[in-house]
Amino acid sequence: MRASANRLALWLLMAPFLLWILLLVLLPHLDMLRVSFQVRESWDSLAWGLTQYQNFFEESYYWRTFVRTGVMSLFTTALTLLIAFPIAWYIARLASGRAKGLLFLACLVPFWASELVRTYGWMILLRESGLFSTTLQALGLVDGPVEMLYNDVAVIIGLVYNGLLFMLVPLVTTLDGLDENLVEAGYDLGGGHWTVLREVVIPWAMPGIVSGCIVVFMLTLGSYLTPILMGGKDSAWFTEQIFTQFITRFNWEQGAALGVLLLLLSSLIVWAGLRVTGQSLRKVMG
Amino acid sequence: MGKDSDLCCDQLIRRFDHMTAVDQVSLDVPAGTFFSILGPSGCGKTTLLRLLAGFDRPDSGDIFIRGQRMNDVAPNRRPVNMVFQHLALFPTMTVGENIAYGLRRQKVPAAERRKRIAEVLEQVGLPGMSDRNPQQLSGGQRQRVALARCLVLRPTLLLLDEPLGALDLKLREQMKVELKHLQKSFGTTFVYITHDQSEAMVMSDQVAVMRNGRFDQVAPPEELYRHPATPFVAGFVGDNNRLSGEVTRVSGDTVELTLAGGAQVSGLAVSPGLTPGQQADLFIRPEALQLQPTVTGERLSRLTAGVVTTLFDGANSRVELEVAGQTLFARLPQDGSWTSLAGGHPIQLSWAPALARVFAGATP
Repeated sequence: MRASANRLALWLLMAPFLLWILLLVLLPHLDMLRVSFQVRESWDSLAWGLTQYQNFFEESYYWRTFVRTGVMSLFTTALTLLIAFPIAWYIARLASGRAKGLLFLACLVPFWASELVRTYGWMILLRESGLFSTTLQALGLVDGPVEMLYNDVAVIIGLVYNGLLFMLVPLVTTLDGLDENLVEAGYDLGGGHWTVLREVVIPWAMPGIVSGCIVVFMLTLGSYLTPILMGGKDSAWFTEQIFTQFITRFNWEQGAALGVLLLLLSSLIVWAGLRVTGQSLRKVMG
Repeated sequence: MGKDSDLCCDQLIRRFDHMTAVDQVSLDVPAGTFFSILGPSGCGKTTLLRLLAGFDRPDSGDIFIRGQRMNDVAPNRRPVNMVFQHLALFPTMTVGENIAYGLRRQKVPAAERRKRIAEVLEQVGLPGMSDRNPQQLSGGQRQRVALARCLVLRPTLLLLDEPLGALDLKLREQMKVELKHLQKSFGTTFVYITHDQSEAMVMSDQVAVMRNGRFDQVAPPEELYRHPATPFVAGFVGDNNRLSGEVTRVSGDTVELTLAGGAQVSGLAVSPGLTPGQQADLFIRPEALQLQPTVTGERLSRLTAGVVTTLFDGANSRVELEVAGQTLFARLPQDGSWTSLAGGHPIQLSWAPALARVFAGATP
């Protein structure tokens, strides 16, 4: 009696989570997988086939964008890590008490605004009639207006900015747990700054580094607003193509195939990243 | 201050905002010595050790290691290694990698590195443990790895920061003896800090008793025990009884005190210039108190005390006594003849005045 009541309680507790996974994650993906293998023969008949996938490999614009998105996302992730690590080190190890909380809050504040507003913030700074351009002109450093938007650098700036917090949180948490004595022991046994960083600090922070990288990579790869708004027409981001297929062309079959490929790409890169760094997903996430 | 000594400190001072943690400490440790710094927590001993390791800098004073001035030398360039209180073994490395870390920094080639790791693990009694993770080892084994990690580098000086504190009592007793043997077999100079007087006494060749940033006394353990130089050392090192009273007579080395209840006791004057009328403290060890005078003819100091209770603890059994509001402990003889002392029963204590030490009392 009691055991069955407990079981019921457990199921009730789990129900929202299971429903969420089932309805919002599992079902759409399975359906997308199904649609991606359907080929439209005429206006009312469908057949099974690989045409959409064939299109992807035959049309160079598709897979070039695909590779470009992957490479730029990896680069953005690496850059975010490089920028976030010293900040996380400062917050976790050097700042104390009140300052620590305030600094953390300062990193969090931009996320009160939506991604759209944050991106427009960057656009106000970088566009032709923007703050940077007018300042440079006022100082007499340039003759005419300078367009800093609509190039890859602008896209990466926006993406790094969006990913920073998600890299900082796991890094600060792991670095916070690093025993000061371990660092001192690293020096005491003859290591210099670089050796201590490489042999003691980074191996210790590895779970935080990997989990931060996974989150930032996934966010970047799947981001839509920032590359479109800051990269302009030529940004060529893969999510943009999926959007085009679904909404502009109303070609759900092709859009679904591209969506499946994006999912495969991100899973593959995360798996490879875990293998290379010798971490397991369970260790990193839990 | 000899040039041949491994460690020599001259007038070291380290101040923090509102206190002086290390106050004009000078010390001289000859090569191959097991030197302990003993003191209660907060006495500045950890600060002193960090100055020696190079993690902190003195405000003034000099540190010499084998005659070389070390003040401006970074921790990773000092011929000094440290065993941390919580050992600080690198959790991301195996035992072998932990030991190899320092050797790699010294650019020891791989083949020799392997040989020296195997050798040092053998010496600390952990042969073949090189591939284990530190987390898989017991407390005592981790201790030995931490020692091996330092000793394999053949430092001039090994600093130990209360490394036995985290072990349970039985293992601690065992490690005390082992640490002393290891120190003798490696011949390295050890500077060991602890708040546990028994650790310091058992292992050390020299002990410095530290209080409020200063050394009260530096001496071999036996001398500290038998001839404490200050009331603090007398009370801190080993068990001791303290009787407070007023000086009533001084004759040569011997001082006579009158306790609150009117009883008179005598002991050896340690503080100079004790005069009648002054407040003073007499320290007498529990084992120096005789329950029945065995030696006749010698001039003994006598005192009648009331039994409070007996405390049986094997070879360390004691009886708690009370004289004019002051508590005393006396060691019970080993023959078991006194185990049935009843509470409230008066008993006569006696001791040779030469074994009791009298210090001027704290100025009121």
